[in-house]
Amino acid sequence: MGERRDLVLRGGLQRLMKRGAGRLADPVFAVVTGIAGLAVLIILAYMVVVTTYTAVPVFRSQGWSFIFSTDWSPSEGKFGAFAFIYGTIITSLIALLIAVPLSLGVALFLTEIAPRWIRGPVAYLVDLLAAVPSVVYGLWGVFVLLPGFLQPIATWLSVKLGWIPIFAGPATGLSFFGAGVVLAIMIIPIITSLCREILKAVPVGEKNAAFALGATRWEMIRGAVLPRAKAGIIGAVMLGLGRALGETIAVALLVGSRAQVTASILQPGYSMAAVIANQFQEATGDHVSALVGVGVVLFGITIIVNVAARVLVWRMVES
Amino acid sequence: MSAFFGDSGSDCRTNEGVSPLKVRTTQKRRIIADVAARVGMWGATLMVMIPIFLIFYYIAKKGLPTMDWEFLTQSQPFSMRARGGGFVHGLIGTLIMVGLAALISVPLGVLGAIYLVEYGKGRPLAQVVRFFSDVMTGVPSVFVGLFVYTALVIPYGFGAVMGAAALAIIMLPIVVRSSEEMLKLVPRELKEASYALGAGKWQTITRVVLPTAAPGITTGVMLAVARAAGETAPLILTALGSLEIVTKMVGEPIASLPVLVFTGARNPFPAGQERAWAGALELLLLVLVFTLLARIASSRNKLQQ
Amino acid sequence: MINSNQYKSNRYKDGVLLVCRRALVLVVVLAVTVGVFGLLTSRSPAGRGGSLDIADSSSSLQAIGSSSSPRTGLNGVGASFPQPLYLEWIGAFRDLNQGVKINYQGMGSGGGIQQLTQLTVDFGASDAPMNDEEMAAAEQAAGSRVLHIPAVFGAVVVSYNVEGLEDLKLDPDALAGIFLGDITRWDDVEIAVLNPGVALPDQAIQVAHRSDASGTTSIFTTYLSRISSRWDDTVGKGKEVKWPVGVGGQGNDGVSAVIMQQPGTLGYVELSYALESGLPVVALKNKAGNFVMPSLESTLAAGRGVDFPDDLRFDLSDAIAADAYPIVGATWILAYEKMKDPVKAEALKAFLNWALENGAEIAEELHYAPLPEGLKSRALEQVNSIH
Repeated sequence: MGERRDLVLRGGLQRLMKRGAGRLADPVFAVVTGIAGLAVLIILAYMVVVTTYTAVPVFRSQGWSFIFSTDWSPSEGKFGAFAFIYGTIITSLIALLIAVPLSLGVALFLTEIAPRWIRGPVAYLVDLLAAVPSVVYGLWGVFVLLPGFLQPIATWLSVKLGWIPIFAGPATGLSFFGAGVVLAIMIIPIITSLCREILKAVPVGEKNAAFALGATRWEMIRGAVLPRAKAGIIGAVMLGLGRALGETIAVALLVGSRAQVTASILQPGYSMAAVIANQFQEATGDHVSALVGVGVVLFGITIIVNVAARVLVWRMVES
Repeated sequence: MSAFFGDSGSDCRTNEGVSPLKVRTTQKRRIIADVAARVGMWGATLMVMIPIFLIFYYIAKKGLPTMDWEFLTQSQPFSMRARGGGFVHGLIGTLIMVGLAALISVPLGVLGAIYLVEYGKGRPLAQVVRFFSDVMTGVPSVFVGLFVYTALVIPYGFGAVMGAAALAIIMLPIVVRSSEEMLKLVPRELKEASYALGAGKWQTITRVVLPTAAPGITTGVMLAVARAAGETAPLILTALGSLEIVTKMVGEPIASLPVLVFTGARNPFPAGQERAWAGALELLLLVLVFTLLARIASSRNKLQQ
Repeated sequence: MINSNQYKSNRYKDGVLLVCRRALVLVVVLAVTVGVFGLLTSRSPAGRGGSLDIADSSSSLQAIGSSSSPRTGLNGVGASFPQPLYLEWIGAFRDLNQGVKINYQGMGSGGGIQQLTQLTVDFGASDAPMNDEEMAAAEQAAGSRVLHIPAVFGAVVVSYNVEGLEDLKLDPDALAGIFLGDITRWDDVEIAVLNPGVALPDQAIQVAHRSDASGTTSIFTTYLSRISSRWDDTVGKGKEVKWPVGVGGQGNDGVSAVIMQQPGTLGYVELSYALESGLPVVALKNKAGNFVMPSLESTLAAGRGVDFPDDLRFDLSDAIAADAYPIVGATWILAYEKMKDPVKAEALKAFLNWALENGAEIAEELHYAPLPEGLKSRALEQVNSIH
């Protein structure tokens, strides 16, 4: 590490000294990067304007019931999206509950305890998971995971733990739970690879200091690595959550597509992205605006989630 | 035991005023916690390996029988029940659209990240950009398709450029946020040393910061490319699809691998489904090739040698 | 030492270049791949017939419009239900008219109507006729009337998975009862009465339906609305409805996956899908009081004795013929009477003429019922009014 920095430093700086510093280039470059940064805002703003404009008729005709009603029947002109909002949140939460401990475990394994020979292959395999297209996840989920894994587990949960409302049966494989599990598999590589980079960046000196105090490896991780990486890890989790909230095809294939609000995660439900995917191509007139409106609400939710995460990170950094 | 569990000096030091028994139980608890944590990490890794192998095994099993030279070099037959033919029109479409999308989003995203880390640090604009990049990663891809459809397809028709625009919008926030994380990791001493030698910010960034962060940025870009290459929903609304190879960039619908996989899988005839699985395998291999290329590139340019 | 460092520093060059170089590698690979495959394939446009021999059927057909064979491309989107058929029609027509490149994408019936209205495609296709509002919107957008050109009939079948049960019979009341959630068990009296001597299990019925909006759902719910006033009042008909019970699967494959994987499930899929996947199907009691198994013949029979309106927006649900299968619908190609581009108009006319005149054989092979003669000539009248 030290040697590496040394090399970069010397290599880069020798060239610098030869050429001299281009003073004029500096502000130009600053402006260029600033414009690139603004591009994100411009695109997003344009998206919001275009879509909100399309959705306004439905917001106006439905009022607040668009968000708080569960009655979604396009043929009657009723558009209440609450079941979709609920489903998006539930499936994403299930995904996070499964994915975060696993990803963190893998990331810690790779950076802290794995034998050297195993690191490369495991890291590569996890990265490969990110390469699987969501349509393939969906098909694999329906044809392999559902009969072989989700259905038995869901049945078992409903039989053994059915007295807890969230596991109330009868269990259907296509459910919040099924979609959540597949979402978890999809976001694991994202959270893992980002966490790994972040964990790797914890200075070796601090780790050694912990060891020098007699800490076991776990104590070192808890005392030296995790506190330092906390903010970064939350950022990684947020990226994973972002993917989970917006994932479309795989959820549409696995969630069971039933616009209902139930406490049981073993029941079929729906999600916002899935309803757009399922219905948009067949929609006409107000129905189109309503679906675009669902997308706008999803925007709103991601904004709320991000605000919440940011507040969390700030709190942590301060304390 | 201690050789296995600790690179650390976990030997028992007797503390004044603490009973030896307490020390021993504390010690025991510490070791148990350590073992439990190790078991947890191994367990998590093994659990994550299971779906990986299941997915790859299943796709290979379903896809390999149909995957042959003909599949890789021919377009699909004008029939959903006929065997033979392949998805070359989709492969070309995907390469064109992902390539175009990368050309737009990678420079834009990396520059944006540089702004966030180097120029905009602490400024409200940077905070806003960072915040909305996060928001943008959560925008459902089908919604991006919807937007591009409204903004570009209705006035100009379906086409490769419209598909690429949608993919670029999906890639952009991923590139921005992952590049930002990597740029942030570049040690401050490195930059300070550069400044100390009289280098301007621009030079420090291009000659010191970017080379140091390049492997990490490449990883982020690959994540973005992988995500874009597998996107289905937005392409249905922007590129639509075609039955033959299309090389026109605007005004003519163009096929893509994921859309072909998606439609193929819903086809009632076994031939269509077989092609869909082979297409899934091809798509996976394509992304694998990209990842490998990036790995080779980044290992060649590794800063430590 | 210094030399080697200088050497290395040259290798690192600008960071920007580094990233650019990697991007360049990707782009070059892209370009080369595209180029190579482009060359490989563009040389052999005819060599892609696949192993299925459709040349036989097409060689005996005369090439209508081949004399004028315009060089143009047509883009169409719409119903995914007739996609297998349209694809083969396009392929066979293409063999006769090399100049016309037709692209059809099965996006969904609503998509077909919407794209046609937005003028992003040359023709649309739908499993349900456009309603008056949609017609008005399209007419306003294009300044021309929309024509409904029926292509074929198709059937929607009820399929199930119950161990040991192979020939189930249902009547309209029982079917509606199951989908309304009134009948919840397989050994319900209403089912048992219709299936004397059949051992019905004491098992809950799980209903499977399409979760994505589709023409199949439209055909199925149109039928339920016709035979059950309670269904009509509480649920209604449409491409997607608010199902009282059941789980949703995506696409025909999604529904049949649920049926196959979960014992006790009953759901509806397209005829061709059921026949190809080998799922057991329900024999339904039709209007004449006969139990009819879904088949090509019983689908065709649904068209007999129907009075078709002038604009050809008709409904085949619960047909009166004695041997008609009751859940049948037609699928239409939608086109503007006056098209902007006369060359495209000629090409579309040539294609549709050919398909209606000569496409019956392919249609039957794919389990679609071709139009009866009387309706066919009326459809051709519509086609030939395109200009």
